[in-house]
Amino acid sequence: MKILKNFGKRLLNLFFRKKKEIRLGFYGPPNAGKTSLANRICKDWTGEDMGKVSKIPHETRHVQFKEEVEIKYKEKTLKFKLVDTPGIATKIDYEDFLKHKLSKKVSQKRAKEATQGIIESIKWLDDMDAVIIVIDSTQNPYSQVNITIVGNLVSRNIPVLVVANKIDLKKSNIKKVEVAFPEYDVVGISAKQGKNIEEFYEAVFKLAKKTR
Amino acid sequence: MAKKRTSKIKGLTLHFVPFAEIARLESVERIKKLLKLVLDNKVVILQGKLKSDEETRLIEDTMIMIGNIKGFKGVELAVISPENGQQGFMSKVKSGLVKALIGYHGALTIIGPASIVKEMKKDPKKLEVMMR
Repeated sequence: MKILKNFGKRLLNLFFRKKKEIRLGFYGPPNAGKTSLANRICKDWTGEDMGKVSKIPHETRHVQFKEEVEIKYKEKTLKFKLVDTPGIATKIDYEDFLKHKLSKKVSQKRAKEATQGIIESIKWLDDMDAVIIVIDSTQNPYSQVNITIVGNLVSRNIPVLVVANKIDLKKSNIKKVEVAFPEYDVVGISAKQGKNIEEFYEAVFKLAKKTR
Repeated sequence: MAKKRTSKIKGLTLHFVPFAEIARLESVERIKKLLKLVLDNKVVILQGKLKSDEETRLIEDTMIMIGNIKGFKGVELAVISPENGQQGFMSKVKSGLVKALIGYHGALTIIGPASIVKEMKKDPKKLEVMMR
């Protein structure tokens, strides 16, 4: 039923709405570098940051946007609405935040907001034109969260680009990410250092074509 | 010198759920049934797998429960299925055919309470379940 509803919505969009900007979502597990990547894009094309980043997981606990971000690649320009989402997880334990020297009260508040953020992220899946799955390439890519998100996007017919982030780190393994997602384009980048960012923009333009 | 506190689990219940047991249930009921078992501190082994929208619903419901049930920290979840590995064209056709005929029974879904299961490490051919 949901699939039919989405298909109908996309069909209506195709015929009656002149698509002004592409809603591009950043999804993935916590601390994969979603906000770092969104910041990198915003900095490159608007000169501003999008959100705060931290080593403590679940720093982004609300969906945040940046509208009308114009990205240029090979003399073509596309306009995006960037949607940075809280990292999706299956468990939240406030005690994990205590290890990062946060007080009990702050940790409990952070845990509560993180659970709500995850629910918010999932709700937003329906509203995306295309999604970038950001994966920490130093971690095991076979986590069920990654597979669940991709499965959902496929069932909603939303185009996906997989980004293997943190390639500047020694433990990074892009090959492993490529093997885990053989049906998708995988681009290895370092959002923090801007490594391979040109190849990333090329992949974003390829992804955008699939939304039309 | 202070004694280091070590807590070991005294027992573990693995609860097997045949797919037939949830096949006729609505998505909401399926998830409710599985999460109820997890809340009883059981590690659920489900024959087959949930639909992708049911998996996200399970995550959403888990998050709601974390906020509302004291001491509940969430779940560890993993699905092992032949699809996890790289497949050639013919294997995909075969598994697609089997899926269409008998559903997702070739897979196994493991759901455990995060208070008992520390981590599930998965790769295409094995699943390691680390306990607390």
